[in-house]
Amino acid sequence: MLVDRILSRLLQAIPTLAGVAVIVFVLVRVVPGNPIAMMLPPGATQADIERLKALYGFDKSIAEQFLIWTSHALFGDFGISISLRQSVMGLVFSKLPATLELVLLATMVAVSLGVSLAVVGTRFQSEWPEAVIDGLTGFVQSVPDFIWSLALILVLGVLFPVLPISGRSDPRIGLNYATPFQLTESLVRLDARAFFDIFRHMIMPALALALPFAAIVARVLKSSLAEEMTQDYVLLARVKGFSEWRVIVGEALRNAAIPTVILTGVQFTFLIGGTVLVERIFSYPGIGNLAIDAVLNRDLPLIQGLVLVFAVLFITINLLLDFATVALNPKLSHG
Amino acid sequence: MVDVSMPSLAPQRRLFRLAGNTRVLAGGSVLALLVLVALTATWIAPFDPLDQDLAAQMQPPVFSAGTGSHWLGADSLGRDLLSRLIYGTRIALEVAVFAAMPTAILGTALGLIAGYYGGVLDAIISRLVDVWTSFPPVLLSIILVALIGTGLSSVVIAIIVIDWTRFCRVIRAETVKQRHMDYVDAAVVAGLRPLTILWREIVPNVLPLAVVLLTLEMGIAITVEAILSFVGLSVSSDTPTWGGMIAEGRTVVHQAPWIMAFPMLALLVTVLALNMLGDGLKAELDPVLR
Repeated sequence: MLVDRILSRLLQAIPTLAGVAVIVFVLVRVVPGNPIAMMLPPGATQADIERLKALYGFDKSIAEQFLIWTSHALFGDFGISISLRQSVMGLVFSKLPATLELVLLATMVAVSLGVSLAVVGTRFQSEWPEAVIDGLTGFVQSVPDFIWSLALILVLGVLFPVLPISGRSDPRIGLNYATPFQLTESLVRLDARAFFDIFRHMIMPALALALPFAAIVARVLKSSLAEEMTQDYVLLARVKGFSEWRVIVGEALRNAAIPTVILTGVQFTFLIGGTVLVERIFSYPGIGNLAIDAVLNRDLPLIQGLVLVFAVLFITINLLLDFATVALNPKLSHG
Repeated sequence: MVDVSMPSLAPQRRLFRLAGNTRVLAGGSVLALLVLVALTATWIAPFDPLDQDLAAQMQPPVFSAGTGSHWLGADSLGRDLLSRLIYGTRIALEVAVFAAMPTAILGTALGLIAGYYGGVLDAIISRLVDVWTSFPPVLLSIILVALIGTGLSSVVIAIIVIDWTRFCRVIRAETVKQRHMDYVDAAVVAGLRPLTILWREIVPNVLPLAVVLLTLEMGIAITVEAILSFVGLSVSSDTPTWGGMIAEGRTVVHQAPWIMAFPMLALLVTVLALNMLGDGLKAELDPVLR
C-alpha cells in the first residue's frame, strides 16, 4: 500500500521534471539577448561568432539542441558553464552542500524557536506571555527575509560587530577539506576552530531565513494546540494530576503536530527559494548566489542546470512531505 | 438584494468608522504621507538626486557629526541621500499601483470564475495555481526578469505573472462559500442570469477581501521591486530606488552604514504600514470578526 503510493508518486515526478526541463530549455533560447555576443571582445569577426556557436551547439535547431542536451543530461552531463568555464554538474556539487547546510540549520532554528513559542504561549493562555508572543510573531512574520537580512547586518555586523557579514569561513583558517559539506566535516573531524568559524558565518543568514518561518510555525502550532487543549484526553491528563507543561508537551503536542509538519515542508521549499536572495546579501557561496550570477551573465547551460536542480529539490521535498503526512496520520495509512 | 457583508451605512459613516480603527488610521496615514512625498518630490527634495557632490562623499547625517547641507548624509558618489530617498518613493509607489492593481484584478477575476462556474474551468484554473505556486517566487521573478529584460515594466510584469495566484486562491474559496448562500439561491429563483448574479451579488461580497489582499500585495510588490533593484535587475542604476540604494550601501556598510540604513528603514516602515492597514481593514470589513 505504502510502497504503491511511493512508486506512483515517483513515476508522477518524471513528467513534471521533463516538463520543467523543456520549458526552461525553450524559454532561455527564444528570448532576446545573445550569450555568445557577450563572450566575445568587440571587433570579433562573424567567423569567430560561428565557431563559438558551434562549440556550444547553439548553431543547431532548438529541437536538436534539446535532444543533445537531454541525452547528455541523462548521464549527469549538463554541459559547460559559459561564464565560469567549468562543468555545470561540478559547480552544482561544489556549491549545493553549502546551501543545504544553511537551509537545514535555518529549519532547525525555525522549528525549535517556533515550537517553543507555541508551547509557552499555550501554557500561559490568556496571560501576558501569550499576548507578547502573539504580537511578536505577528510583527516578525510581516517583515520579509530581505529586510531581516539587512537589519541583522546593521545590528550584529556593524553596530555591534560580533558576527561576520559575508562569506562562509575566514580565509585565514585555511580550510582544506575533502568534502564541500564544510560544517558537517568540521563536526566529524572535531575541528572546533573551523566549526565555530563556519558556524559564526552561518548564524545571520540562517536567522534571516528562520525568523519569518519560526513565526508561521508558532502561529499554526499554537492554534492547533488551542484546539487540542479542549479535548477530553487533555482533561483526563489534568485529572490524573499531570503538570500543565507535561499535558502540553507530553499529550497535546503529538496530536497537534500534523498541520505543522505539513506547513514545515511547504515552508522548507520556500526557504530554498529564499536562499537565493539571502545568500546574495551575505555573499554566501551556495547555489542561490550562483544562480543570480548565472542569470546576470546569461549563462544558459548554468541557468538550465540550476533550475533543474531546484526542481529536483522541490519535488523530492514534496514527496518526502507526502510520505511523512501518511506516516503521521493513521487514518490515511490504513486506507 | 440582501447584502451580508456590509451593514446599510451611508458611505461617509463607513469611512468615518474605518478611520476610527487605529491600525487603519496609522497605516493609512503613512501611505498618504508617502503619496504626498512622491507627488511633491521635485519641490521638497533639497538636491537633485543625481548630483554628485564629490566633496561630500560618504558624508554622515547631520545628527551624527555631519556638516550642514546633507541632512541624511551622502552616498559614496556624494549624492544627497534624502533626495534619493524621496525620489525612490516614486518608484516604490508606481510599482505598488501598477503591479498590485492588475495582479488583483487578474487574480480576482480568475478566482471568481473558478469559484462560481466550477467544473472544468475550476479544475484548469486550480491546477494552474498549484503548478504556479510550487516554484518559489523570488527565484521565479529573478529568472523571469532576466528573460524579458531588466527595467521597471519587466518588474511589473513579473509581479503580475507570479502573484495573481495569491488572489485567485483566496477569492475562489470565498466565491465558493458565497455561491452556497441563500441570497444566491434567491437570485437564481428570481431569474437573474449567472453573469448578473456574479457581478451584482457576489462581487460586492468578495470585494472587501480583495481590498485587504490588495493592500498586502502592495507591500509585497514594493519589496519585490527593492529585491530586484538590489540584485541589479530593475531600473537603470541612474534612477534612485530604495533597493538600488540598499545595494550601494551594502558594499560600504562598514564605512558608512547609514547609506544602507535609511532606505532599509523606508522600506520597513512602508511594508509595516501596508500590513497594518491590511490587518485593520480585515478586522473592519470581515462581518464575522466584527
